[in-house]
Amino acid sequence: MIPAAFEYERAGSVDEAVALLGRDEDAKLLAGGHSLIPTMRLRFSRPSLLVDIGRLDDLRYVRENRDRIAIGALTRHAELIRDPMLREHCALIGEAAALIGDPQVRHRGTIGGSVAHGDPASDLGTILLTLDAELVARGPRGERTIPAAAFFSGPFENALEHQEVLTEIRVPKAAGTYLKYVRRAHDWATVGVAAARVDGRVQVGLTSMGPTPLRARSVEDALADGASPADAAAHAADDTMPPTDATASSEYRAHLAQVLVRRALERL
Amino acid sequence: MENLALEGALTVTFVRSLFAHANIVDVDATAAEALPNVQVLTAADMDLGVFGPPPFPGVNPGMGRPLLAVDRVRFVGDIIAIVISDDRATGADAAELVSVDYDPLPAVVSPYEAAKDEVLLFPEVGTNVAARFGSPEHDEKLFGGCDVAVSGTLVSQRMAPCPLEPRSAAAELGPDGRITAWLSTQTPHQDRMVLAGTLGLDPAQVRVVGPDVGGGFGAKMLNVEEVLVVWLARRLGRPVRWTETRSESMVALPHGRAARLEFTLGGMRDGKVLAYRLEVLQDCGAYAVLGAFLPNLTGLMASGVYAIPRIEFESRSVVTNTTPISAFRGAGRPEASQVIERAIDTFAAELGMDPAEVRRRNFIPADAFPHTTASHAVYDSGDYEGALELALRSVGYDELRDEQRHRREQAATTQLGIGISCYVEITNGIAESEFGEVEITPDGGAIVRTGSFSHGQGHETTFAMIAAERLGLPVEKVTVHKGDTDEIAKGTGTYGSKSTQIGGAAARLAADDVLELAKQLVADYLEASPADIVLDPAVGRLHVAGDPSIGISWADLASRASADERLAELKAEHEFQAAPTFPFGAHVAVVEVDTETGRVELRRLVAVDDAGTLINPLIAEGQVHGGIATGVAQALYENFVYDDDGNPLTGTFVGYAFPSSADLPSWEAVEMETPTPLNALGAKGIGESGTIGATPAVHNAVVDALTPFGVRNVDLPANGENVWRALREAKA
Repeated sequence: MIPAAFEYERAGSVDEAVALLGRDEDAKLLAGGHSLIPTMRLRFSRPSLLVDIGRLDDLRYVRENRDRIAIGALTRHAELIRDPMLREHCALIGEAAALIGDPQVRHRGTIGGSVAHGDPASDLGTILLTLDAELVARGPRGERTIPAAAFFSGPFENALEHQEVLTEIRVPKAAGTYLKYVRRAHDWATVGVAAARVDGRVQVGLTSMGPTPLRARSVEDALADGASPADAAAHAADDTMPPTDATASSEYRAHLAQVLVRRALERL
Repeated sequence: MENLALEGALTVTFVRSLFAHANIVDVDATAAEALPNVQVLTAADMDLGVFGPPPFPGVNPGMGRPLLAVDRVRFVGDIIAIVISDDRATGADAAELVSVDYDPLPAVVSPYEAAKDEVLLFPEVGTNVAARFGSPEHDEKLFGGCDVAVSGTLVSQRMAPCPLEPRSAAAELGPDGRITAWLSTQTPHQDRMVLAGTLGLDPAQVRVVGPDVGGGFGAKMLNVEEVLVVWLARRLGRPVRWTETRSESMVALPHGRAARLEFTLGGMRDGKVLAYRLEVLQDCGAYAVLGAFLPNLTGLMASGVYAIPRIEFESRSVVTNTTPISAFRGAGRPEASQVIERAIDTFAAELGMDPAEVRRRNFIPADAFPHTTASHAVYDSGDYEGALELALRSVGYDELRDEQRHRREQAATTQLGIGISCYVEITNGIAESEFGEVEITPDGGAIVRTGSFSHGQGHETTFAMIAAERLGLPVEKVTVHKGDTDEIAKGTGTYGSKSTQIGGAAARLAADDVLELAKQLVADYLEASPADIVLDPAVGRLHVAGDPSIGISWADLASRASADERLAELKAEHEFQAAPTFPFGAHVAVVEVDTETGRVELRRLVAVDDAGTLINPLIAEGQVHGGIATGVAQALYENFVYDDDGNPLTGTFVGYAFPSSADLPSWEAVEMETPTPLNALGAKGIGESGTIGATPAVHNAVVDALTPFGVRNVDLPANGENVWRALREAKA
């Protein structure tokens, strides 16, 4: 329960964080620390340098950006829950944030940290994928925008390059809902389902149904072809790879996905 | 414990096996010992042999646990080597650098497999069976004359005790050659004896101190780690300390339960039960310790609250390549209560009779105590039907059945389940004695010294109340001392919910003794006869009977006795021994079950827990509260599981579903007090009742909700997946 030895640097700006990351190929960014620190204590992860960006308050914001909403990467879950703009224009983000962990996690954990950590059981990743969000990253060669569909590449893996810092997340204004099945209040999702109406089309995403957040394309296609929620939901587990672990079996997850997708669609 | 000031203390880190079953070919500590001030010890460096708590009767003594693994490891978590370092961080680094060359052996994880004796944990013993209790002979006519017999198999799944404060131990060798051990324990005095016995020391050379530590739950009996810490302090001549990490605690602290229970219950169509057969297969983990013995208690309590004329019991305990099983909140009794209460509900379902009514027809009547059951327990006092009626009234049973009927008619997705559990359990199960001493202090207060221990149960308050009442002192003038073997002459400790009924009773008797001594002293001072001196408990004053104006307060008495050097006369010790008592109660659980996801929500739990006379109702409620949480956790959440190779799959709180307050409703505790005649307080134990009552109530409620779907049982924990499986199997 004691991490392996590491160096620690506190970055005063995003550019400084980018430079510090360049110093050490085993460096990791530290934001809220509620995903990284436990894995370090178990020695599953052993970065040689931690670059702490937790105090970069200029990355904590939610604001309107033309027809989209821009969320600073260090905005904490508790702030997502309370934010009036999100409540009005993209309520499922706050709805999902309220279901993450416990109050301590929600007051320390950040949206950027959660998404960049890339846990396939993370709720916010699924929502960003469902909403076709854009993720803005800054690196040594400047800034680039990554579509959510191209961001998640595997369990705890994503499109960010080593020296890139995720700075902002942009989501469309959309009506949606998030349902999460958990064994205990503070657990990661056994299965999570996001459903949203984006540009007139119903989009559905799944948590803990594969190595990354997934889109339920067969469900979306069935709905586009006029299927009822119940008929479309029967396809919820198509093309998924739900894991078997201490929380649930693969087949139970597949079953849950069907029930939860139907319920989410009925709520939408 | 970590804040104990121990100048120059070294830190102990244990190197634990990563394999469930393997021969140890080699241990190479070269890289670890290259770190500053690191020393690594293995079994080759010590000559201590097998850990030596007193052998449990009937348990094979050839399956004991070596203090350090010798040549072979038998579970993930077995100790291979000890790292000594200046601090914890260096210890963690060094432990990782100790290179162990394992030759893996096939692991046996399931007790069914272990019972086949194909893979043996102790080849020299020739079997995995560590103990057998009860009678292997079947009475062919056991169910003769029964209209109906129902059978079933239940699993009381393996649980990790998860104390919020893990274990911790520290030891220091004094300049006088005596060793002092500070332990997060339940049993300081027993620890002293076992430490002395194992280390070959005179008990007078060992002092054990139990500071203010956290619970126990049965799992904090002295174990190999504490013995090794004390041994190291002597060997190294330096103070030594160890504190368990959470990850370590999940595999190294003994687990609880882990029993397979097969029952047949037979009776008449009118609901009367005639015969019961119970077979237990107990998984005792890698070494035969207390867990191997626990089915004895399951057998003893097999009859539950019912007058069952014929009972057959048989058990086998087998070793497996898993964490050893020991006592955990209930220890053998929850299994008995779980199986009889499920059996009664299964019988009621078969008859199509209300489960409350079947219970009424089989209760041991309130006027039949003391009562000896067909499973050989002698129940002291009880009113089982009274407890059930109180619980049913409190929960609004008939209205709930109406609501249930309504939901069934509506074919609602979320169905309602109502579960009843009537239980009786045994506290102070082996009729032990406890030590108490009371002494008047120079300021006219009192010190109570108890041989029991308190790790958060509040005996400091309860025992002070008991003495204060007898002496007529305000409770704040009474201080309870416990847990230091140098200060307290003797003791047994706290386990099996026995502290108040024997330790509290001993404190009461010692207080009465002191009062008699005080009367003699007062009589001297007042030139009266001791027989004429009485206590006015309202003001704490001893005076001449019939003339309150001639008297003396405790404060004045203590002051005068101090001046006369006679204060030592106001001190008495008392040892109290009594037969076991049998707390009982009735729990009713109300659950909602989502028949699509399988998810169970516990809506209400009404608990009537009768532990005889309550000394401090608030403290008793605290015990019930925590006890119920553990019982509900077994019913709905927790299950410690391994893969086929014996690797723990639930070694952290991510996988192991230890619930928090956010997952549990507020309980509705209803008081009922039926005193025991076995001690002057009228008190029975309360520490485990909630656990024993709650699990079957919730389990029965879940099955009750699903009865219309043809479900006859749901495996514990009754989480979403297990409910979904039960529904699917019933449909198939």
